[in-house]
Amino acid sequence: MADIHELAGLLKELDDQLVGCMRCGMCQAVCPLFAQTGREADVARGKISLLDGLANELIRNPVGVKERLDRCLLCGTCEANCPSGVKVLDIFFKARAILTGYLGLSPAKKAIFRGLLANPRLFNQLLSFGAKFQKLFTKEVNDLLGSSCARFQAPIVGDRHFKGLAEKPFHKLVPSLDTPAGKSGLRVAFFPGCVMDKIFPNVAQSVLKVMEHHGVGVYMPPNQACCGIPALSSGDTDTFQKLVALNLDVFSKGDFDYFVTACATCTATIRKLWPRMADRFNSRGQLREISDKTMDVNQFLVDVLGIKPEKQTGGGKVVTYHDPCHLKNSFGITSQPRAILTGLPGYAFKEMTDAGTCCGCGGSFNLQHYDVSARIGGNKADNIIASGAETVATGCPACMLQITDMLSQKGARCRVRHVMELYAESLG
Amino acid sequence: MNKSPDSLKKEFEAIVGKDNVMTAEADLHSYSYDAAVLPSQAPAVAVRPETSEAMGKVVKFCNDNGMPLTVRGAGSNLSGGTIPEKGGVVVVTGALNKILEINAEDMYAVVQPGVVTAKFAAEVAAKGLFYPPDPGSQTVSTLGGNVAENAGGLRGLKYGVTKDYVMGVDFFDVNGELIKTGSKTVKCVTGYNLAGLMVASEGTLGVFEKIILKLVPPPQAAKAMMAVFDDMIAASRAVAAIIANKIVPATLEIMDNFTIRTVENFRKAGLPVDAQALLLIEVDGHPAMVEEDAQKVEKICKEQGATSVKVAKDAAERANVWQARRDALPALARVSPTTVLEDATVPRSKIPAMMQALNEIAKEYKLQIGTFGHAGDGNLHPTILTDKRNHEEWHRVEKAIDAIFDRALALGGTLSGEHGIGLAKSKYMKLECGLGALDYSRRMKSVLDPKGILNPGKIIGF
Ligand SMILES: Cc1cc2nc3c(=O)[nH]c(=O)nc-3n(C[C@H](O)[C@H](O)[C@H](O)COP(=O)(O)OP(=O)(O)OC[C@H]3O[C@@H](n4cnc5c(N)ncnc54)[C@H](O)[C@@H]3O)c2cc1C
Ligand code: SF4
Ligand code: SF4
Repeated sequence: MADIHELAGLLKELDDQLVGCMRCGMCQAVCPLFAQTGREADVARGKISLLDGLANELIRNPVGVKERLDRCLLCGTCEANCPSGVKVLDIFFKARAILTGYLGLSPAKKAIFRGLLANPRLFNQLLSFGAKFQKLFTKEVNDLLGSSCARFQAPIVGDRHFKGLAEKPFHKLVPSLDTPAGKSGLRVAFFPGCVMDKIFPNVAQSVLKVMEHHGVGVYMPPNQACCGIPALSSGDTDTFQKLVALNLDVFSKGDFDYFVTACATCTATIRKLWPRMADRFNSRGQLREISDKTMDVNQFLVDVLGIKPEKQTGGGKVVTYHDPCHLKNSFGITSQPRAILTGLPGYAFKEMTDAGTCCGCGGSFNLQHYDVSARIGGNKADNIIASGAETVATGCPACMLQITDMLSQKGARCRVRHVMELYAESLG
Repeated sequence: MNKSPDSLKKEFEAIVGKDNVMTAEADLHSYSYDAAVLPSQAPAVAVRPETSEAMGKVVKFCNDNGMPLTVRGAGSNLSGGTIPEKGGVVVVTGALNKILEINAEDMYAVVQPGVVTAKFAAEVAAKGLFYPPDPGSQTVSTLGGNVAENAGGLRGLKYGVTKDYVMGVDFFDVNGELIKTGSKTVKCVTGYNLAGLMVASEGTLGVFEKIILKLVPPPQAAKAMMAVFDDMIAASRAVAAIIANKIVPATLEIMDNFTIRTVENFRKAGLPVDAQALLLIEVDGHPAMVEEDAQKVEKICKEQGATSVKVAKDAAERANVWQARRDALPALARVSPTTVLEDATVPRSKIPAMMQALNEIAKEYKLQIGTFGHAGDGNLHPTILTDKRNHEEWHRVEKAIDAIFDRALALGGTLSGEHGIGLAKSKYMKLECGLGALDYSRRMKSVLDPKGILNPGKIIGF
């Protein structure tokens, strides 16, 4: 380990961003983690002050700071509500990169990120192998939700009720696509992202159906890589940059008007974090071009294509909506998915309490801090159940996983669907 | 203190449970600051009692061992009241967050100190009643912190501040003895007004265990308006004239040109950027009276030189007016890295003079100062925009703060309208109170807290 002065020097590069925090504490009101634990080190103000303390060598224990920094959903609610306009997520990602660079990546993460994620082909092979054998190790718990739990003690799975891997991942069903623009005159690149590819291929197929319906051409090259968020949030910027480069390679050959995803997390990563954090490739111009074109599919349909779903007045099955943090906090996208849902024939849209609060997933946060994650998610599940909805729709496959687990734990009879699945079904 | 850190940790764990004792460097550092721009200082231990019994035992334990004790609500105070300057123990009240009773019949509520102000106000409103004190920090601040700072808010002019709602406070003295004060009755003159003594005591005289708060009926109607002035003095005269005409608005706020421009830049709400001053006014009460008051206020503002007065037609427009006011601090905070929010308060008639003084001070020390505040009660928030890393400029900021208090006191004003004294202003205490009052306070403190464990260094020094 290098010495503390060196670490302090690196952190000083963040100084301009750190001093912007006036320590008002207003982030305590909105942080879903703080709401559960009430610990100052869990809220943005506490973490910023820890980093400041480390940079100024008031604190001499980087491991302790890193542990607390890792206790964060990276949901961005604090940033969206900070009166001083502190770029909290920017600070957290950079600080994680600096601390990981300094302390080193854990061997397990190294193996997963560098050995697997950065080699999409190997990753895909391994997971399709897993899909074949998973039934041996798991048992079904909720047929409606399609959730399972572990048959045997399995350390990573724990008590989770999870969605299994799809029998056939999306990239096996539709390896690539390059269709011309139809009546819309537009072409989009489609980026399904890992979770959708491996667990929710139906969502990706729904997106294709929607595009076809609206006469939108789709460019979908084979061998897409992960957007990089798992590596980035663990501070592994090397792997992150590799993944960005892989994606730039496969996408830059196509020509398209928009780069569309149906995963809120991927959208936020590509649109906001690629340009901020993958600076090594900025000079190529391609990164900017793709990231500027990146758009969530709900926004694309409503704001670009201008679809105006008719408001359904009659009754029907109750559907409610959960705002993924990465749509609401990062882009303020809240009305577009609701516009689509209120227009669904056969459904009655009903708002749940606190639709805009985090589901508690937070990517790897869920793996490391399952207890708190489940408490936050439990509240979400209670609100869904209380709304009386028989379907909860959302716009992020990661939220879908977490909400499925939470509803399944409570034995709820409520389906979890992506807005695109419901919309595609309504198209007949 | 001659116990080893290990044995201390064990003894605290025995009182509050293992999960509620923090001794790791990184945890302690997150209890080393509050919202004041002051150097931080980490405590030796932070504890988070989940029951009042445990809190009482913590207090006794600290006293028995001569350890300084600083109670912390949300840590949103602006005067350094929760910085454990002398180290020791920080007691976090966040887990003591139960509303024990809301009594609609007798219009009072009983709460634990860690209840968040806005949550409480919402619960009260849901029962058809009203708890008026609304500090700008209400979404995070705790009622314990509000009482200990005597927090005010936008409605201070008509509805008063926290002290006007405190009917009783049960608190632990240094021996961990629970002292009950006040009553659930509207009238109570039994014994010394110990509950009153606890208000604004900033954690230096006792640790609150329970608070009885008065509730009132909510106003039936309200009307908000915005008056535009091209002269600050004219706006200040309008404030005085409204009060002189025996109208007491619920809220009467002022913003200077610099603040108006900054807010407009931030929110693009359509504020008049050329205006030298804005008054934001709300009248409330019986619908007929609200109508009449609103018309009178409009007339007075125009007589005093307002170039326009816009009355909010509906709830959305009313929300717009108050959003502009709420944006003042955030908008100013974005201008520069460090924001020093001051709290100088003068008699209402002296607002024009104080505004003038602030202009002069900004010029003299070459600083950017945006001023907004509760004009109706003379409580101004000159906000200095700076960068504390610039040592030369920071030195000028400190001089300017001295000058602000000098001028406020010279105008018959006070050091703090609502933010408290804490560490930030204790050195100015004798300027306002005089040595006699300071000495009386110190003698009182030395008897009630002979070892000086309760939030040492705050308000009266040592
Ligand atoms: C953005 C912003 C806006 C603000 N607006 C206003 C405003 O409009 N009006 C206003 O008056 N203030 C305002 N403040 C200041 C601050 O929010 C208030 O002083 C508030 O009352 C502090 O509450 P807290 O729970 O954060 O207390 P803390 O800051 O945690 O503590 C304040 C003091 O109370 C003591 N204390 C806390 N709990 C107890 C207890 N149980 N027993 C004994 N002592 C205790 C502490 O020791 C400390 O001395 C603002 C602050 C910010 C950051
Ligand atoms: S991050 Fe923003 S909201 Fe939180 S304390 Fe800092 S300035 Fe305030
Ligand atoms: S990103 Fe979310 S979890 Fe993390 S500190 Fe901000 S509000 Fe809390």
